[in-house]
Amino acid sequence: MGDATPFDEMHNPDGTVREPYRALAQWIEAQPENGLSLMQADAEGIFRKLGITFAVYGSDEGTEKLIPFDVIPRIISAAEWRKLSRGIEQRVRALNAFLHDIYHRQEILKAGRVPAKLILNNAAFCPDMMGVDPARGVYSHIIGVDIVRVGPDEFYVLEDNLRTPSGVSYMLEDREAMMQLAPDLFQRIKVAPVETYPENLRRTLESVAPANVTGTPSIAVLTPGIYNSAYFEHSFLADQMGAQLCEGQDLFVDGGKVYMRTTTGPERVDVIYRRIDDDFLDPLTFRPDSMLGVPGLFNAYRAGNVTLVNAPGTGIADDKAVYTYVPAIIEFYLGEKAILSNVPTYNCTDDDQRAWVLENIGDLVVKEVHGSGGYGMLVGPTSTKAQQAEFKKKIEARPDNYIVQPTLALSTCPTYVNAGIAPRHVDLRPYVLVGDEIRITPGGLTRVALKKGSLVVNSSQGGGTKDTWVLED
Amino acid sequence: MLGRTAQNLFWLSRYVERAENMARLLEVGYKMSLTSRREGGEAEHLVSMMQAAEVDEAFEKTGRVADVDTVAHFMVFDEENPSSVKSCLMAARTNARSVRTAITSDMWQSLNAAWLEFSQIKPRDVRGARLLGLLQWVRQRSHEFRGALLGTILRNDGFAFSQAGNFVERADNTARILDMKYFVLLPRADLVGGDLDIQQWTLILRAASAHRSYRHVYHDRYKARNIADFLILKPEMPRSLIFCAGMIRDTLGTLADLYGQRLVCHDVVDDLCAMIENTSMEEIFAHGLHEFLTEFIERNNRVTECLSESYNFY
Repeated sequence: MGDATPFDEMHNPDGTVREPYRALAQWIEAQPENGLSLMQADAEGIFRKLGITFAVYGSDEGTEKLIPFDVIPRIISAAEWRKLSRGIEQRVRALNAFLHDIYHRQEILKAGRVPAKLILNNAAFCPDMMGVDPARGVYSHIIGVDIVRVGPDEFYVLEDNLRTPSGVSYMLEDREAMMQLAPDLFQRIKVAPVETYPENLRRTLESVAPANVTGTPSIAVLTPGIYNSAYFEHSFLADQMGAQLCEGQDLFVDGGKVYMRTTTGPERVDVIYRRIDDDFLDPLTFRPDSMLGVPGLFNAYRAGNVTLVNAPGTGIADDKAVYTYVPAIIEFYLGEKAILSNVPTYNCTDDDQRAWVLENIGDLVVKEVHGSGGYGMLVGPTSTKAQQAEFKKKIEARPDNYIVQPTLALSTCPTYVNAGIAPRHVDLRPYVLVGDEIRITPGGLTRVALKKGSLVVNSSQGGGTKDTWVLED
Repeated sequence: MLGRTAQNLFWLSRYVERAENMARLLEVGYKMSLTSRREGGEAEHLVSMMQAAEVDEAFEKTGRVADVDTVAHFMVFDEENPSSVKSCLMAARTNARSVRTAITSDMWQSLNAAWLEFSQIKPRDVRGARLLGLLQWVRQRSHEFRGALLGTILRNDGFAFSQAGNFVERADNTARILDMKYFVLLPRADLVGGDLDIQQWTLILRAASAHRSYRHVYHDRYKARNIADFLILKPEMPRSLIFCAGMIRDTLGTLADLYGQRLVCHDVVDDLCAMIENTSMEEIFAHGLHEFLTEFIERNNRVTECLSESYNFY
């Protein structure tokens, strides 16, 4: 997997255009010479006007940045998507079953299919969730699955995000921008819609309201506030769903029930789509110094008077160390083979594997078990000797804190850059909603590493996004 | 509507109004200091302007000597001054971000553009004519924001809270300007004002953007009694106390209608209006102008307090 030329999403090895991209290629061909560069400039204006920004940590107030948007869409054929969505659905079903089991009878640990030590001693395991029965038995309702492609028929799941995945607003805004920029393309090519996401999110949230709620459930989006880097997304989603956007201080618990403070007094809240981490949810149960949460919220949840989306403690199923067991988890609960593959992962606590990893670190990717956002990781082939030495030391000191994977040749997609159109590496994050049914928005967010040769697609590290098209048959 | 949303809308409008008032006060103070021919007159005008803005103590804490440059920097750019133009714009924008779902995109874009432009300005470059240009720009931005608000916001409870904030702030500002200079407005034996008095009166009128409209209403030269009457009791003057108090009452009346309930804040705003509706300048002078204004400012503050309590600000 390591050295091969990366898979080109648009072209066959002989240079001809792959079928899903044929109509797009013709369209690009027909553009006037500066057509794409004008489109790219228009795109910036559209995003600024929409006010889509993200705050960069550590930068001055008022310097919200735009995430770069690339005008060339990434295309997935209907057949490819059918396989992907079947695989994703299988995965989220199994992971929710795993969470239910872990917080109840722990059959999978008793059967020895996942080491008990790995779960029970894990910081992401939430003992307070033992015996709690969430509405419809769903723990992780809103999921982003990170997928990479390395060949025509080869997809790998890089990571499951089962806590509070972000980025869905970019998926929606990318489509809106694309339709403004090139409406004629959508006439020629039948693209599956993504605009249904806010409506589906609302339906999902309503479907997991506590059983005793009569009438339309009252929904709140709980945000850490305006200084959070994803605040734009929180307000965007609340707006699109017509839900109330709340901070911790707007909510309170009385008699085991949750209320928001309105101008006309307390108003009951039934479902909370929370965008704050478990640790900060409730200072009485979790971190006592949390100013973001709501005192007593967890008890109200445990009493079944409010639904938290996602449930606390879901992190135990997307922990990087648990990741390697996901194929086993799928087999255990569903009796099926995993449709989507995991990336092979080396375990540094094993002496032989660790020795091999230290030897070959220049070809490997090292990730901190609890890291995210592309921080705390080493990409071997693009790293310096000094960085490699530093990570070797870190791995030797705390082998359990790192997972190591081969460097995948992420697929590339043509991207508009200064020099014209050039291939850049991409990944894919489809968004999944789990409630009364499983709803997967066709496509998702394509992140693209804008730096030549770079494999890091995170927006905090120079990544951009593309509109993602799933073709309809 | 969340109590916090109501609070954010109230303060959003207050801070935009305050930014405008601070710019206007500084403009007046600056111009007066330029025309001062007496020794030490320059600093005197600037300091009394800061007293009217109630930021004089904060300025003293900086340990700087009051001159045009230090005062202008303090009033426009200093984040240590909670009422500086910069602090007001920042606070307005922060409040606006918290209620992005309750304000229109026109309002947001107006405020956001103002902030982005303002943050490009280097304090060093702003002197003399450029200072006056900047202060005019602040006023225009405030007008633009108000225009966006009046032209696009839904006429619901959110509108009422933002209007309340606007007029509570303006009433407070006019009352403070008057109180700062009340002694030059008192009736005296020598009815003809000297040069110094006329200069002071001009300052008061300019600070309220009222020096032109004064002529249209009174068809007369500047007189102390008329100036006080204009800024306190003239209902057609949009910065007068009676106009602002009336707007606050109407606005709270809208809330009572919307929510079907009268609360403490409604009695308090009635008290505020009662002070000025059935009185005359003669009575106010007899009672004491300074006492009157102090009482007005206190009652106006009570409106904010009771509004917060009645509608669950926190």
